[in-house]
Amino acid sequence: MKEPNKISAGDITDPAVYFNRRTFIRTGIAAASAVATGLVYRRLNPVATGTVDTPLIQGLVTPAAVAAADATGFRVAETETSLRDITHYNNFYEFSTDKEGVASAAARFETNGWQVSVEGLVSKPRVFDLDDLLKISPPEERIYRMRCVEGWSMVVPWAGFSLSKLLDRVEPLGDAKFVAFETLLDPRRMPGQRSDVLKWPYVEGLRMDEAMHPLTLLASGLYGRALPPQDGAPLRLVIPWKYGFKGIKSIVKIKLEATQPRTTWSECAPNEYGFYANVNPQVDHPRWSQATEQRIGESGRRPTLMFNGYAAQVASLYNGMDLRANF
Amino acid sequence: MKENDVRFARFLLVVNGLVPLTVLGWDAWHHQLGANPVNFAILTTGMLALIFLMLTMLVTPLRKISGWNWIIFSRRTLGLFAFFYASLHFLIFFSFDRSFSLSGTLSEMVKRKYLMVGITGLLVMVPLAITSTNGMIKRLGGKRWRALHRLAYVAAVAGVLHYYMQVKADVRQPLVFAAVLAILLGYRMVVAAKAKD
Repeated sequence: MKEPNKISAGDITDPAVYFNRRTFIRTGIAAASAVATGLVYRRLNPVATGTVDTPLIQGLVTPAAVAAADATGFRVAETETSLRDITHYNNFYEFSTDKEGVASAAARFETNGWQVSVEGLVSKPRVFDLDDLLKISPPEERIYRMRCVEGWSMVVPWAGFSLSKLLDRVEPLGDAKFVAFETLLDPRRMPGQRSDVLKWPYVEGLRMDEAMHPLTLLASGLYGRALPPQDGAPLRLVIPWKYGFKGIKSIVKIKLEATQPRTTWSECAPNEYGFYANVNPQVDHPRWSQATEQRIGESGRRPTLMFNGYAAQVASLYNGMDLRANF
Repeated sequence: MKENDVRFARFLLVVNGLVPLTVLGWDAWHHQLGANPVNFAILTTGMLALIFLMLTMLVTPLRKISGWNWIIFSRRTLGLFAFFYASLHFLIFFSFDRSFSLSGTLSEMVKRKYLMVGITGLLVMVPLAITSTNGMIKRLGGKRWRALHRLAYVAAVAGVLHYYMQVKADVRQPLVFAAVLAILLGYRMVVAAKAKD
């Protein structure tokens, strides 16, 4: 029988080498684990990439006389929010409830063959092909403030024309008192609709006089380009004196009605979101203040203006109305 | 585990716990925190505080179930990270959102229930952080120290509730935290009930 291997003194690793090797391995483990943690963090918090390459809008009308346009509220003289921020910070629950995640979730949204039905209490109801609808009036550039109910704001150079031009075309009947709007319902193309965070399809509404106001914009573009999917392609509403959620996106139906239509957010939380949703610094959201706002791209908060700074144009619509009760 | 190994494990924990802070700082420096950087930083540090609170509360059940007694070393480090990120969360709100205005912060706090709940969670963690040293454990005595540190549960409940209360409509993420918290607290209740029998 062979004697078990004896370890001679010379075979024992020098303690200095052993500890060096251990230090080396441990440093490696520490570094590798830190990198792994960093990668997990980055996966959960990706850095926004991607550009906007939607087609340029042909024949965009930009009023030369800004001073004259000022009284209309069509072009606010404030720094425009960057295209990147406008297209990578979106509330569009049909794609994602993560504002930074909407752009990528909506990237492949197809709008070919889009149609918009304009119906209800009108004498000439019609289903418009998008191209025909956009020919109703030349696209104008409108630079509006956009105030989100969450307490942040932007300045967006939209492209579009007043909703009134479309409504005139279908000839509203006398008993039409409200306009109801509806977003596309298609969970295959709008993945957010597969979960019932909100009741789908998204619906919104305006009083007839609000809908006919020249500031109320049917927008098909921004920054001189067709609307990117994340901002409501191919057609959305912009009502600059109201909180952003009134600006319904990816519209497929517009219906004129005699009674006040239901609206998605006021149905979701009736005590927090009303039908009117006029920007009002004096009426707080039950859970947060509306007195100030974070303008995207600025540091610090700025005071929120009554009717989002459009009081001169729209305050008369609400004469004698209790804005606290009709929030 | 040898003392030396435990020390290495703690070192690993500290290094990894600081990684989110480092990347957050890096992103802030390079202006890549997105369109609303202050909001992002507030949300992220809040999430980190909640995650570290949950991890802290996971140590004891995991230790009892697996028999890995040595992992107890991590509880204090994890708890201190939770406190650290919760403090940072508040400080970013106080500085960038409220512009260091004490009255602005207080008046907002009084009006908003979710802010009251959140600050409660942070404040109860203060005595826990102060008494986290070995010396303090000795001075208080194990029994009293353990009783005091049950405040961690209050902090966790307050933290999750604070998150839930300020979400607009999509409550899925806060509900995940609530579910994890329910399991962690439920485990303790079951253990306590069994001990009584």
